[in-house]
Amino acid sequence: MIIAVASGKGGTGKTTVATAMALAAERPVVFLDCDVEEPNAFLYLRPELTARRPVYRPVPEVDEGACDACGRCVEACAYHALLVLGRTVVVLKHMCHGCGACALVCPTGALRETDHETGYVEVGRTGLVDFAHGELAIGEAMAPPVIRAVKGVFPGREGTRIIDAPPGTACPALEAVRGSDFCLLVSEPTPFGLHDLRRMVEALRALGIPAGVVINRCDLGDDRVERYCRAEGLPVLLKMPYLPEVARCGAEAVSFVRLMEPWKAAMADLLARAEEMARGNRGC
Amino acid sequence: MEIAVVSGKGGTGKTTVAALLGVYAAPVVMVDADVDAANLALLLQPRSVTEEPFYGGQVARIDPERCQLCGSCEAACRFGAIAGGVVNPVLCEGCGACYQVCPAEAVLLEPSLDGYRYGADGPFGPVVYAELTVGRGNSGKLVAAVREQARAVAERAGISRIIVDGPPGTGCPVIAAVSRVDLALVVTEPTKAAFHDLERVLEVVRHFGVPAAICINRWDLHPGYRDAIREHCRGAGIAVVGELPTVLEASRALVADKPLCTLMQTRLALMCAQMWRRLRELVATPMSCESP
Repeated sequence: MIIAVASGKGGTGKTTVATAMALAAERPVVFLDCDVEEPNAFLYLRPELTARRPVYRPVPEVDEGACDACGRCVEACAYHALLVLGRTVVVLKHMCHGCGACALVCPTGALRETDHETGYVEVGRTGLVDFAHGELAIGEAMAPPVIRAVKGVFPGREGTRIIDAPPGTACPALEAVRGSDFCLLVSEPTPFGLHDLRRMVEALRALGIPAGVVINRCDLGDDRVERYCRAEGLPVLLKMPYLPEVARCGAEAVSFVRLMEPWKAAMADLLARAEEMARGNRGC
Repeated sequence: MEIAVVSGKGGTGKTTVAALLGVYAAPVVMVDADVDAANLALLLQPRSVTEEPFYGGQVARIDPERCQLCGSCEAACRFGAIAGGVVNPVLCEGCGACYQVCPAEAVLLEPSLDGYRYGADGPFGPVVYAELTVGRGNSGKLVAAVREQARAVAERAGISRIIVDGPPGTGCPVIAAVSRVDLALVVTEPTKAAFHDLERVLEVVRHFGVPAAICINRWDLHPGYRDAIREHCRGAGIAVVGELPTVLEASRALVADKPLCTLMQTRLALMCAQMWRRLRELVATPMSCESP
């Protein structure tokens, strides 16, 4: 079963909640940090990383001998990643989405797809947690290929899969949560938190993924997020107050469950409830 | 003069800092380039909003009358967007591979409504922002489009300053938000996670040849990391233009009736005045972000 942790707004506590659930789990879990633009979960979980492999995306390469610069590929490319330059075609790798349309239309077979390194995936382990994360290379624009690679790690491994999603509501966040059985939305009780939460709820409905909400820093705002959840039938599974000591240990990337026994139990309970709701979803 | 506010890590205070800089930069065009989680307008509460649809790319549709269910489009689609002769518009990237391979000419490529752009009057001058349609791609294109609109608005109004409130991360919308600005202000926090993310976003900014400056928000959360960030910046030749303390009233200001007025009454406002002066000096005296 797959449980994603997402938020819409950044900095609401996704990684704090996701890593705390993993550390509180009493059974083996798989932890997949899918925020490949800014991966942070390893700082909290401190896994021993055992393997690293590159992630590639396909980009076309031009065989200048075979290319007659007819421009069919340039016309077909929706991303303006190809240009006719003199008697051949030039590929702008950073614009390419790897769709393969150019090679499909090339009449002379001059376009061949090659692997372009776009980031890497690392795997490791800590306690009962099988861990994986990825990193998008600097200057690379598209996170989804690296996110897909992270999600493909540990196929068939026993235990709940916890996905730490990136912020936002665009393609990286949706790629991370797609295919999950349940999504925990970590929000904060401010108009910013609410605005971005609404967008994420809309996205999850389109994907058919049920959701529950964690309200972080619940005492630093108002009750609009809670009223919204009630009106939308979204269960609020946990409310966490702002605690300066939690913020301080968070600064050092020390999970608060390592310091506070009652919170460890609360996070184990949160994971259990999310699992239960995910099972309910699978059942129907 | 165009300044982009970015962060790497989300939730470090980009929007709050951008708005407070706007107070002193006025007249200024304020831009929200975090198009999939746009919050600046919630703070600035601009008036006279005009809306314009944004068509960033295309989306495939299959005409069921013509479709012979041969499956070639499904085989050609790299994004898993076609099943049983039907396109899932959320997954479709509008590449047109299906259009190229369809033997029955049943695939239509239509303009995709990827979001809306908004222009409005704010407290410091015009405000330009956008909202990406939930589930659509092309966020980088929409960021480029709002920045283009902001430049046109600035020119029409005779305003020389633009402040861009950027998205978190390092991917396409961030690249679109920082490319060719005069300076990227990176708002960070003294935490292990934000420091890690700061190093990455600084690499991105450098990769695209944009000078950077740093604001350390909530510096008192961990003075040790604050010192480490200062040290890192000194080594990299990057100016720390502001250090802001934790001000819980600033978090609470967001839920006030008049959030901006309430925020301006906190002590952060005066500190942002100083930060704005230092940013102006930095932009006036061009420096390379490579220098030690």
